[in-house]
Amino acid sequence: MATLTLIQAVNDALKTAMRTDPNVLVFGEDVGPKGGVFLATDGLTKEFGEKRCFDTPLSEDGIVGAAIGMATNGLKPIAEIQFQDFIFPAFDQIVSEAAKLRYRSGGQYTCPLVIRTPYGGGIRGGLYHSQSGEAYFCHTPGLKVVIPSTPYDAKGLLLASIDDPDPVLFLEPKALYRSVKGEVPEGRYTVDLSTLRTAREGTGVTVFCYGAMVPVCLRAAEQAAAKGIECHVVDLRTLLPLDEEGVIDAAKRTGRVVVVHEAPRFCGFGGEISAILAENCIEWMEAPIVRVTGFDTPFPNTLEHHYMPDDRRVLDAVEHVWNY
Amino acid sequence: MASTRTSAQPKLTKAQEAQALLRHMLTIRVLDERMLKLQRAGRVGFAGSATGLEASIIGSAWALRPQDWLWSGLREGGAAVMRGMPLADYIAQMYCNSNDSAKGRQMCNHFQHKGTNYPSWSSVIGTQIVHGVGAAYAAKLRGVDEVHAIYGGDGSTSSNGFHSGLNFAGVWKVPCYFVIIDNGWAISVCSRNQTAAKSYADKAAAYGLPGFEVDGNDVTAVVAASRKCHALALKHQPSLLVLKSYRMMGHSSSDDPTKYRDEKEVAAWQKRDPINAFEKKLLAAKLIDKKHRAKAEAEIAAMIDAEIHHQEAAPKMALKTLVEDVYAEVPRHLRRQYNSFIAVAERLGHATPGDGAFPL
Ligand SMILES: Cc1ncc(C[n+]2csc(CCOP(=O)(O)OP(=O)(O)O)c2C)c(N)n1
Ligand SMILES: [Mg+2]
Repeated sequence: MATLTLIQAVNDALKTAMRTDPNVLVFGEDVGPKGGVFLATDGLTKEFGEKRCFDTPLSEDGIVGAAIGMATNGLKPIAEIQFQDFIFPAFDQIVSEAAKLRYRSGGQYTCPLVIRTPYGGGIRGGLYHSQSGEAYFCHTPGLKVVIPSTPYDAKGLLLASIDDPDPVLFLEPKALYRSVKGEVPEGRYTVDLSTLRTAREGTGVTVFCYGAMVPVCLRAAEQAAAKGIECHVVDLRTLLPLDEEGVIDAAKRTGRVVVVHEAPRFCGFGGEISAILAENCIEWMEAPIVRVTGFDTPFPNTLEHHYMPDDRRVLDAVEHVWNY
Repeated sequence: MASTRTSAQPKLTKAQEAQALLRHMLTIRVLDERMLKLQRAGRVGFAGSATGLEASIIGSAWALRPQDWLWSGLREGGAAVMRGMPLADYIAQMYCNSNDSAKGRQMCNHFQHKGTNYPSWSSVIGTQIVHGVGAAYAAKLRGVDEVHAIYGGDGSTSSNGFHSGLNFAGVWKVPCYFVIIDNGWAISVCSRNQTAAKSYADKAAAYGLPGFEVDGNDVTAVVAASRKCHALALKHQPSLLVLKSYRMMGHSSSDDPTKYRDEKEVAAWQKRDPINAFEKKLLAAKLIDKKHRAKAEAEIAAMIDAEIHHQEAAPKMALKTLVEDVYAEVPRHLRRQYNSFIAVAERLGHATPGDGAFPL
């Protein structure tokens, strides 16, 4: 096993998939000789040639639209959108086409493709290099939405996404690209989609999170432990389709729930978790379900550290539901 | 310098005009050098330069009158300075500090200047192309004498906005023209991989527009071509002007271009540096003397450095800017979100007086 950063694990997954299946190909803006603006695709053109890893013209609509066509005709395209903020020109292709092709054709045509894209703040990128748009896509039946938070999961979930028979949006927390390291097995392995990961065991307060908020919540959990509150931290990993039973079980363990995401609050994923719990186990709740999120504003630049939930804000919420 | 007005000073003598163009190009060059240094020193977060593109940027904007609009595609901040945006605004934007007219919300290199009709740019490539066309339609409908110059890079020609923008402009016959600065690269994607067309100017034909390609490193040629496009726009005939140039530096301070392009290509373009070429021409025509450039550079650098000094001392950003300008008024739910945030910030000692809660 090697110790890899999250971005190296993504790169490793892409190479592993391309080595084992000649129909897998990678394309997008600057993914070729440059190796991607974050180096996720470093070395792919060199190893697999420019027919299997190549740069496209500057059109996200073109990238995803072409990927859909390839997927209908025997290839396994992995499209990169340089920043999630720039996915919206492809929104139509994702929402109207990729997500609905199987349904509208009665299962005759399918769309097994993966769209990888870095999301989230923390790099001083301002409004258009920082957004967390998962909620838009989680409102799209037919699509799968996956977000890793560890190098091990990044590789295993990406390989599972590539194997999946349906379109998967794979959101990569760019703030973690180089800031987390972990053991990653060599070669092929997968992590099942739609399964949760318990990032920390506890019986006091359940904290649901994903992506770049996982290390933030773990830091908060450590500080809470020092104050005698044991957090049960759950990394959701796949937002759509969500492991609802797993969410309900984890909430029932403690009866106290905090949901954390950096995306805006209103109609954010935290609202869905709260609703699932309210419908299924409200009688188990000892305190109101509390969300810690970004503001309902566009993403700032200079004040981004105030916009993004940090361990102190999470700890504040944990203490609130604990003391309720 | 910042107050020198544009084209529309037919009264300038040939020598004055030439010297002004040179000075504006030098301003971009020196600004870029300084900003890159500040980035390397960790004082500003990011820097994208226009080195090599000065003749394209200055020459094309020279045709504009004060009431005309410039819809920036990326690297035209120097044109805004030429048209009257104070250096203070430029540098405050780079610092994203509390003096920044956009309140530090945009990342570096995202300029705006209402006073010279330079609208705020999102980072999303190509979207402004259609905005410019809509604004030109508005000018036409309202009977306002304005021309809208709409900029983009070679990469932007693949965007949906480019297609929609040129198509709408052609159908609507609005007072605008499109300036595509073909600097050879869209980050690491060369123009050969961006289009199969021989020239980006060929694309104009598909929309029923005249299209011109000009040497973007020859400021005199750029000025002449832009004046032609401007004159057409005044007659409600949109056109496409492609300026062939070269991005001498990386895409930005985060980019290492040696990974994807041949240094020989860069060296060949270095010989065609637009400022050196223009200086040589002016020397030959005896419109400037040998000391002119160094003197101008020193003057510009002194102004910039004074402004950097000033911006280093900007006051702290007000926390309330987090929730302001989302709507015309800060709505109740945002006041509530801010108030609970500031309660924690005050407890932790992160707030300054004045950051306090909103009335509910
Ligand atoms: C819709 C969209 N996709 C991708 C990006 C990322 N990006 C920023 S600049 C750029 C290349 C732009 O190239 P070009 O239009 O030629 O302008 P230049 O940088 O050469 O001035 C890319 C791909 C973006 N900003 N917007
Ligand atoms: Mg370019």
